[in-house]
Amino acid sequence: MEKEVKILAIESSCDETAAAVVVNGRDVRSNVISSQIDIHTLYGGVVPEIASRNHIERINQVIEEALKKADTTLEEIDAIGVTYGPGLVGALLVGVAEAKALAYAAKKPLIPVHHIEGHISANYIENKELKPPFLCLVVSGGHTHLVKVLDYGKYEILGKTRDDAAGEAFDKVARAIGLGYPGGPKIEKVSHKGNPDAISFPRAKVGKDEYDFSFSGLKSAVLNYLNSCKMKDIEINQADVAASFQKAVSDVLVDHVNHALNEFKMDKFAIAGGVASNGVIREALREACEKKGVEFYHPSPILCTDNGAMIGAAAYYDYLAGIRADLSLNAIPNLKLGEK
Amino acid sequence: MKLLAIDSSGLVASIAVVEDDKLLGEYTINHKKTHSQTLLPMLDEVVKMLELDLSEIDAIAVSGGPGSFTGLRIGSATAKGLALALDKKIVNVPTVDALAWNMWGNDGIICPLMDARRQQTYTGLYTLENGEFSIVKEQCVVKIQEIVEEINKIGKKVTFLGDGVKVFKDYIQENVEVPFVFAPASLNEQRASSVAVLGMKMFNEGKATEARDHKPNYLRLSQAERERQKKVRDFKIC
Repeated sequence: MEKEVKILAIESSCDETAAAVVVNGRDVRSNVISSQIDIHTLYGGVVPEIASRNHIERINQVIEEALKKADTTLEEIDAIGVTYGPGLVGALLVGVAEAKALAYAAKKPLIPVHHIEGHISANYIENKELKPPFLCLVVSGGHTHLVKVLDYGKYEILGKTRDDAAGEAFDKVARAIGLGYPGGPKIEKVSHKGNPDAISFPRAKVGKDEYDFSFSGLKSAVLNYLNSCKMKDIEINQADVAASFQKAVSDVLVDHVNHALNEFKMDKFAIAGGVASNGVIREALREACEKKGVEFYHPSPILCTDNGAMIGAAAYYDYLAGIRADLSLNAIPNLKLGEK
Repeated sequence: MKLLAIDSSGLVASIAVVEDDKLLGEYTINHKKTHSQTLLPMLDEVVKMLELDLSEIDAIAVSGGPGSFTGLRIGSATAKGLALALDKKIVNVPTVDALAWNMWGNDGIICPLMDARRQQTYTGLYTLENGEFSIVKEQCVVKIQEIVEEINKIGKKVTFLGDGVKVFKDYIQENVEVPFVFAPASLNEQRASSVAVLGMKMFNEGKATEARDHKPNYLRLSQAERERQKKVRDFKIC
């Protein structure tokens, strides 16, 4: 039997302070998340300085709870994984400085983890049989990436957003139609009462880089529609706008995924990131995969949001590959996938 | 008793280890590299040179603010991570107090000035007469005019130090009506040895906290909070 590798993972790239204990990359012993969503709701979005302040206040409790829930101690941990980018620099720095000090004092190896790699790896946790290669769509408030996962830790980015991330468009549209923050869950909720074909919003195509995304045009189209209704004194149907906007996002995502599945003949597809917990988008992608006989994977909502378990999963494969950080590890806010 | 001290509140990164009344080592760097890149390698160097086993440390003192928000958090997160692994307590040493401690033995008023941007300074007023450290005005964030007015009112000789000196030098030279001097480079900026000595004193006074409860003292709200408070105030006035 292979030796057990127990990793303590720390994540603080945006507005969740999170820590987890994961064994062999797939067995989650604890997954503690301290969300700041209620605090940022007051401001209509994540305020970086407030996020950083909350991280430093919560981080030790979150780590202690993760160890306790996993019924383990720091001594029994084999390595510490930490998100070092991409994300909000002030927020990342809290996790990075904490993890470095912890690893140094406890004499444990430190593994630097890419946040997006974490999201992709969230799929390994509940799908024990899932192994690369597969196609993965990462959609969240900060990222929209279509990625070929060639092997553990090896990625080929097919496309990414030119402007807004998909989740960002959700937040902006939600604000414009008076739903508030966070936009994703709120739009999905009211969309069930609306008609997705009520309003025809554009499905953006991005020039010759066929796998890139663009959501700012769609967002502007929604804002223009709202404005023109106001000018003409037409009452806005919030549910119809939400449903039609969501359909437009979903269609673009499905279209890109279909295209890539056709071109690269991949037989497995996974979705990841906060937007992956949107039921409408998830089901549309599932349907597209089923039509092609492609295996469809998705993490549970708790693993779609920013969390420590996914960082622990990614850290395990980096650990096996011998990747280690030294004491000068810094946060890299615009870290690219596949860069180390 | 051994105490490790960290200061990354300003431009300087500084690490010190003291044992009772002896300074075992101090490492201070004032360079463009970020604290995130320098602080732990510096600690590692000190630990190696002192042949120190970190578990021998009894507590960790950190310069807890005010200062650069990010710098304070790097220092605090480093202290919290070390303290969690070593199961030790943290002493949150007021940054301006520790700066004043650099001038121990000086007569008259000691006035540290840290550049707080927006024409403000993190400052305070202290005396260190007859070996007694007294706080005349607690650390605060004010306009330079305000602190200079107070200094003129007290009417005693004053020593200025800190990274704010170069920012406010012209204003001080034109407006301070009492005799004054500026500290030399060797004492001008944050030093972890001062944090350590003051930290030791505070530890003995029972002022250490659990690592999990430690947080920096920014003395300032975030911009978003300030704007929101202003909006709420304006709304109430209407």
